[in-house]
Amino acid sequence: MDPGLLGQYLLNGLVLGVIYAMVAVGFTLFFGVLDVIKFSHGDVVMAGAFVGLAAYAGLEHLGLHSPLLALALIVTAATAAMALFGAAAARYLVLPLRGAPPLNTLLATLMLGLALREAVRLFYPNGSNPKPFPRLLPVEAIDIGNFTLRYDSAIIVLGGLAAIFALHIFITRSRLGLAIRAVAQDAETARVMGIDFRAVVLATFALGSALAALAGVANGLYYSEVNFSMGLLLGVIGFSCAVVGGLGSVLGAILGGFLFAALQTAGAVWFAVPAYKDVFAFAAVILVMAWKPTGLISETPAERV
Amino acid sequence: MHPGALALFFVLLLGGCADSPTDTVKIAFIGPLTGGVAANGLGGRNSADLAVRLRNADPRSRHRYELVVLDDECKPNIGVQVATKAAADDHVIAAVAHYCSAVAMGTVDVYHKFGMPAVVWGAVLPDVTYGNDFDEVHRVNGTMINQNDVAARFMTALGYRRWAIIHDTTDYGKGHDKYFSEALAAQGGTIVGRFGVTSDQQDFNAELTKIKELKPEVLYFGGLTPIGVRIRSQMDRLGMNTVFQGTSGIVSAAYIEGAGALAEGTVAFREGAPAERLPGGAMFLEAYAKQGYGDPPEAYGPFAFAATNLVIDAIEAVGPNRRRVVKQLNATRDYASAVGPITFDDHGQNTVPIISKFVVQDGRWVIWEDSDYARGKRKLPRPS
Repeated sequence: MDPGLLGQYLLNGLVLGVIYAMVAVGFTLFFGVLDVIKFSHGDVVMAGAFVGLAAYAGLEHLGLHSPLLALALIVTAATAAMALFGAAAARYLVLPLRGAPPLNTLLATLMLGLALREAVRLFYPNGSNPKPFPRLLPVEAIDIGNFTLRYDSAIIVLGGLAAIFALHIFITRSRLGLAIRAVAQDAETARVMGIDFRAVVLATFALGSALAALAGVANGLYYSEVNFSMGLLLGVIGFSCAVVGGLGSVLGAILGGFLFAALQTAGAVWFAVPAYKDVFAFAAVILVMAWKPTGLISETPAERV
Repeated sequence: MHPGALALFFVLLLGGCADSPTDTVKIAFIGPLTGGVAANGLGGRNSADLAVRLRNADPRSRHRYELVVLDDECKPNIGVQVATKAAADDHVIAAVAHYCSAVAMGTVDVYHKFGMPAVVWGAVLPDVTYGNDFDEVHRVNGTMINQNDVAARFMTALGYRRWAIIHDTTDYGKGHDKYFSEALAAQGGTIVGRFGVTSDQQDFNAELTKIKELKPEVLYFGGLTPIGVRIRSQMDRLGMNTVFQGTSGIVSAAYIEGAGALAEGTVAFREGAPAERLPGGAMFLEAYAKQGYGDPPEAYGPFAFAATNLVIDAIEAVGPNRRRVVKQLNATRDYASAVGPITFDDHGQNTVPIISKFVVQDGRWVIWEDSDYARGKRKLPRPS
């Protein structure tokens, strides 16, 4: 195969990997602290992108056209709004169901995702149509043979990696990170040691949802288009990545994200019909699950989150 | 409760149902009111509503009309549900139905089974009318056969020879693929690659990278607006400088809104002509604007308007009886409508001769002949 085209596939895989990893980390964080699977996570990604879009529309309305300012505002608005939403969902939906069977939480969050999706479709102006996402990053490109590298693709990859790295540092080095890990390891003991359990749970959900919003914005910037149903598949893929990596492990989720993107890319290159790439990637996920049921980085109680 | 009282209660209940005023005639409107192509459905709904409102305001009208609006979500299973709901209601005399071909393919059997006359206002798959012998099924808009034939002749005349095709894997997308391929073969064009995609796919990088490798001059897309927007946006990221050729499925304001500046230079083809050029177009647009609907009529609004008027005129002529209305509709010859004269052939298909060629110029779908592209002021990407 032409090396330029191979590079094109790799670049696309890399961007997808970063986005998947950001979504998967949320799943793993929630599972870590509360042992719940929050199925509305994919729709939080979508809602984050739409909040960003609304913020941008507001800025346009005020007549400000600086791309840098717009980008900063979009990212801030999206992450802040989704952090609040995530914390509220944890406070009013997930925590009250803590004593109920896990199936209830799963169903409740699935419904929450549906409500979020329908709300965007119905209440965002013309929300049922695909929306163009502003091109705020430089779109100049370097052409090397058949390989076209647009600067914005590179910036999305670097930005996403930086966000994931920052989260990792936060979890492993900060006091709140320590508290999150303590709750993940043993909630009861953490409480006895004086850790505010509820505050830690809310903070975790806020953190995971903010990262999802960032994934939504990255997704919008990459595809230049967002739509109300984009969270559906992203949610399923993010969840698969987290499970393959090992639910509860942040590193596992990141690994899972890149692995899934690599599988999709390999599927696209190998098969003459690219439509098989998802079949291939999900089938591979099933095989990995059969081989390592607890995920690639399997959870040992002390290493959770 | 006393058995007699219970019986009386049911009698009253049944009586209440049967006793709706006979002078109000119900017509169903079915289209996608939510989902990715909702813009077209809402435009059609408003246009059908406009026809009903205008008729109800007309003192010569023999009946009062009520539009029963149902959402098929552009999904065949939902379409069959709502079509059955409409058809099972005896008070609904006829249906003005469907923008999505995949839905129409599923519901024509329902209309036939219940003997309910249906006039399709937007779906373009030939099999909707030609795939069956149902007297009940009619269509005011043309089919994708005519559309793709004109498309192939026009594009080869511009000098293009190499095509790649992306189509969605519904009946609609596959139909476009089939009829365009046939028409193109007749004109001597070649197809270097063909890719079927699902109608909710997000990422087209794999398909587009493969297509980039095949170096076509034109990328033909047989599908609807949402993924059309995605494909056009993602082509740009891969630095693809290929002509993007769509079908009637993307001739909508939503495509231009979604693709933004990248929409410039997209070509597409559609049956009929833009509203302002249609025989009754000026009247239609003026009346539409007066009602103050929230959404534009979109490309197929005039067809929904014409279909509704056709149905109402048939009911005015023979009364609110499904069988008589079917017969009346089948006899339609040179009916003067907002989209030009309507004549149904033996399959209930309107034999519309007009196909319009469109190109996006400065954020609007412009008739090719009126565009800067036709005058040579702007150029589509040329064959290298």
